[in-house]
Amino acid sequence: MSVAVEKIGLYPRLRRLALPRTLISGTIIIGVSLLIAFFPALFAPYDPIAFDYKALLKGPTLAHPFGTDSFGRDVLSRVIHAYTIDMQIAVFATVGPFIFGTIVGAYVGYAGGLAEAIFGRVVDAVITFPFLVLVIAIVSVLGPGLGNMYVAVGIVGWVFYARLVAAEVKVQKRLDYADAGRVMGYTPMRIVFRHLLPNAITPAIVYWMTDMALAILLGSSLGYLGLGAQPPAAEWGVQIADGKNFMSTAWWISVFPGIAIVIIGLGFSLLGDGLAQLLRVRR
Amino acid sequence: MNAVPIISVDGVSKQFGASYSLMRRLAGEPPLAVHALNNVSFEVHRGETLGIVGESGCGKSTLARCLVRLLDPDGGAIRFEGRDISTLRSAERRAFNKRVQMIFQDPYGSLNPRMTVSQVLNEALSVHRMRPKGDIPARITELLDLVRLPHDAASRYPHEFSGGQRQRIGIARALAVEPDVIVADELVSALDVSVQAQVINLLLRLQEELHLTLIFVAHDLRLVRHISHRVAVMYLGQIMEIGPSESLFASPRHPYSKALLDAAPELDPTQRSRVVAARGELPSPLDVPPGCPFASRCSHVFDRCRVERPALTKRASEHSAACHLVDFGAMPSALADAV
Amino acid sequence: MSVAIDTGLGLTVRGLTALFNTPRGMALAVADVDLDVAPGEMVGLVGESGSGKSVTLRSIMGLIQTPGHVTGKVEWGGRDLVAMPAEELRRIRGSEIAMIFQEPMTALNPVLPVGLQLEENLVAHTRLNARERRARALQLMNTVGIPAAERRLNEYPHQFSGGMRQRAMIAIALACSPKLLLADEPTTALDVTIQDQILKLLLDLRDRLAMSVVLVTHDLGVIAGTCDRMAVMYAGRIVEMGTVIDVFRQPRHPYTRGLLGSVPRAGAVRTMLSSIEGTPPSLTDLPAGCAFHPRCSFATDICRQERPPLLSLGNDRKAACFHHDRVAAAEAIL
Repeated sequence: MSVAVEKIGLYPRLRRLALPRTLISGTIIIGVSLLIAFFPALFAPYDPIAFDYKALLKGPTLAHPFGTDSFGRDVLSRVIHAYTIDMQIAVFATVGPFIFGTIVGAYVGYAGGLAEAIFGRVVDAVITFPFLVLVIAIVSVLGPGLGNMYVAVGIVGWVFYARLVAAEVKVQKRLDYADAGRVMGYTPMRIVFRHLLPNAITPAIVYWMTDMALAILLGSSLGYLGLGAQPPAAEWGVQIADGKNFMSTAWWISVFPGIAIVIIGLGFSLLGDGLAQLLRVRR
Repeated sequence: MNAVPIISVDGVSKQFGASYSLMRRLAGEPPLAVHALNNVSFEVHRGETLGIVGESGCGKSTLARCLVRLLDPDGGAIRFEGRDISTLRSAERRAFNKRVQMIFQDPYGSLNPRMTVSQVLNEALSVHRMRPKGDIPARITELLDLVRLPHDAASRYPHEFSGGQRQRIGIARALAVEPDVIVADELVSALDVSVQAQVINLLLRLQEELHLTLIFVAHDLRLVRHISHRVAVMYLGQIMEIGPSESLFASPRHPYSKALLDAAPELDPTQRSRVVAARGELPSPLDVPPGCPFASRCSHVFDRCRVERPALTKRASEHSAACHLVDFGAMPSALADAV
Repeated sequence: MSVAIDTGLGLTVRGLTALFNTPRGMALAVADVDLDVAPGEMVGLVGESGSGKSVTLRSIMGLIQTPGHVTGKVEWGGRDLVAMPAEELRRIRGSEIAMIFQEPMTALNPVLPVGLQLEENLVAHTRLNARERRARALQLMNTVGIPAAERRLNEYPHQFSGGMRQRAMIAIALACSPKLLLADEPTTALDVTIQDQILKLLLDLRDRLAMSVVLVTHDLGVIAGTCDRMAVMYAGRIVEMGTVIDVFRQPRHPYTRGLLGSVPRAGAVRTMLSSIEGTPPSLTDLPAGCAFHPRCSFATDICRQERPPLLSLGNDRKAACFHHDRVAAAEAIL
C-alpha cells in the first residue's frame, strides 16, 4: 500500500513539472560554470601562471583568443582557472550565512518578544554600515586572504537571511495551519522546522542565489583591492586589477574577466528567479 | 444528558490590549482594551453538540480558541474532565490537545501547502503514536473513507482540492488522533451552499458513529440550529441566552436572540416582513456600555438596562437568559401562571 | 409583477455571453443568458461561486475587461449597452444604471472622504453647483439612514462600520436617481442583523424611487425575503426562472431543488440535509450535455448527450431540464 501511495505521489509532481524558462537557462549557465570550476585544466589551453616573455600584452589572436597580460600569461586560461576560486567564493561565502541566518530567523520569527527586539537592534547595527566597508574593515583586522574574507562576510551576511526568514515566519505563524499544528499537540520545534520553515524559506533561497552573484563581485572587489585572493592566483578581481594600468593599450586583460563576472551574475539571477517560480506556493 | 460535564467554562474573561495612547495616559484614563470575553460560563456534556452563535465581534472565535488552549483566558477557568486546562504543562498539554481537537474556518490557510494529505495524516498518527508504523497507511485509507475522500487523495497537495474537500482533510486530521471533543470554528462558512450541506451531513454522521462531543461555532443561525442540541447566543463577549436548540428557537427568551432569529433569512417567500429586526449597530467592543450590551439596539429597553448588566439566570430547566425582562418570550400560559 | 417586459421599458438581456481567455483555455463564464427586468421589479440571480451570476451583472454594466469578451444584447431604454460606444456607456453608468458591490471597503476610495466620493458622482452626471451638491449629498445620506450625516460626510471609509459603508455605497449609487440598481452580493460581508437592515433599506428604496433591482446572491434566504422573480444559474447558464413564490414552492430543476434542500430549515433539527454531491464543474472543462448531470440524481442518457434548452413552461416559468416534470412531481423537500 505505502509503495503504491509513493508511486502515485511522484506522478502529479512530474506532471506539472513545466519548468520556468529562467530556471532552465540559469541552470545551464551555472552548471557549465561548475563544470569549468571543477575541471579547469580540461578547458584551459595554457598554464594560467606560466610567464611567456615572448608574448607580452598580445591582443586576441588565434593562439591567445583573449590575448595575454603583462607577464605573457594567457588571459583565457586565467579566466577559466579563476572559475575555481570564484565559484568557491560564491558558495563558501554564502552557505554559512544562509544556514545560520535561516535558523536564527526561524527562531526569532516564531518566538517574537525579546528575541525579536534584540535581533532588531543587531539588524540596525549591521545595516547602518555599508556592507562592503564593514567587510573591508574586518578583513583589514584579520589580514588579507580568502579564508578571512569568508569569516568577514559570514559575520555580517547572516543578518540578511535571518531578517528575510524571520519576516516570513512571522506571517506564516499567524495562518491557521500553524494553529492547527499547535492544536494537534506538536512541539514548537516541529511546527517551526517542519511546517513554517518550508513555507517561509523561499525568499531566503532566492536571495541566496543573488547573494552568490554578489559574493563573486565582493570577492573580485577585495581581490582588486588586494584583500582577497592573492596574486599570482587567477581570480577575476585580481585580473581586473592587473589590467588597470593597461586599460588604454591592452583592454582585454580586464574586459574578459569582467564579462565572466557578468555572465555568472546573470546565471545566478536567472536561477534565483526560476527557483522563485518553481517554489511558489499553490493555494 | 450526562450529569458530569466534559468541559466546564467558569467565568472566563479575555481582553486584548489596544495601544495605550499618550493622550489617554496624560488624561489618566485606563488603556483601551477589547473585552472579547466577559465572564462567560457554560458546560458541555459528553456526546452533545453545543452551538455557539453570534455576529462578528461577539467573541465566539476567541472562546473557541480558549477551549483548545490556543489562547489563555485572563480570568476564570476552563476545565476538561474537572481539570483546569491552564495548569497543563507541555506533555500533559499535548495529551489534552489529542483529546480536544479543533477544525478551522479557512480551508485555504488551515493546511500546510507543502504537505500531501498522506503526510498530514501520517504526521498526526505518528507523533501521537496512534498506530504502529506498519498500520499507518491502512489507517490513512480508513480516515479518507471516513470523510468520504477518494483514496488517491492521499498523494495530492491541498491546492489540488476544492474548499469542501479541504475541510474534509481538516476533519480527517482532527479525527486521526481520535479526540473526544471537536471544536469547529465556522467550519463551513467559506463554502458554497451545496457543499456546506455535504460537510454538515458528514459532521452529523461522524458524531453519531464516533460518539463525539461537538462545539459548533458559527454565525449562521440556520446551520447552528440545525446541528446543535443546545445553543448559546453570544453578543459582545457575553452569553445572552443558552438553552436547548428547539425551545430557544421556538421561543427565544432574550430580545437579541429574537432579533437574530427574525433577521436570519428564511426560505419561505410567503412569510415576508418589512420590519427591521434590530436597529442600530454593534457598539464598539472598545467601549462596551455599562448596562446590558444590547441596550442600545433593543426595542424593549428600559432604564435599568442601561445601568445594570443583567446576569444569566434560569428561565426553564437547561434554559437561561441574561435579560431584566424575565418574562420575555415566555409562553402565554406560563405568563398566566406567573400572574 | 412582470407586466412591462415588451414595452421597451426596463432591461432586456438577450443571448448574453461572456468568454474569458485563461491559461487553461477558454472559460465560458456566462452563456446565452436571457433576462428581463421590468420597471420597479426586483429580480434575484442566485447561484454558487463560479455560476456566472456576478459576471452576468458586470457584463450588463459593461465592466468586463480583457481577457474577457462579451457578446449578446443588453437593451436599456431602446439602446444596446453592449454595442454602445464607451463614452455613451459612461454617461449611463452611475446615472441611469448604478451598481453596488459586496465589499464596500474596496469599492470606496480609502483616501477620500465619503462626502467627496458622493459629490463626485453628482459632478460627473449633473449640473448642480457646489452648494446644491452638498445639499443633495446630505439628503442622500438621510435617505439611506446614515445618522449624523453632516459630520459623516467629512469622514473616511475606514471610520465607517461595514453596514454604514454599504449604506454609503448605496447613497453614492442613488446619487443620480438611477432607474436600475445592480447589486452584487451587497450583504454577504455583513452580519445578519445588518444584512436585514440593508435588505429592507433596498426594498424601501425600490418602492420609493420606483427602481428596478437585480440582486445577485448565493443565499436563497435573501431571495426569498426580497425578490419578485428569480433566476437560478449553474455553470454560466440560467437553469431555472420564475416568480420567487413558484420556484420555492415547486422547483423544476434538480439543481434548484438541491440548493433548496441544502439549506437547513426550522423544525428539522439534526436531520441529514439533502445535499448535492460533488462540486461545480470547471468552466474551462464543462461536462458534455447538461452541465449538471454528473451531480444529478434525475440524470438519464439524454442528459449526458444533449444540453437541455431553457424551456418556457407557462406562467412566466422556465427550466432547462429534460425531466422537469419528474422534478416537479418529486416529493417535497421538507
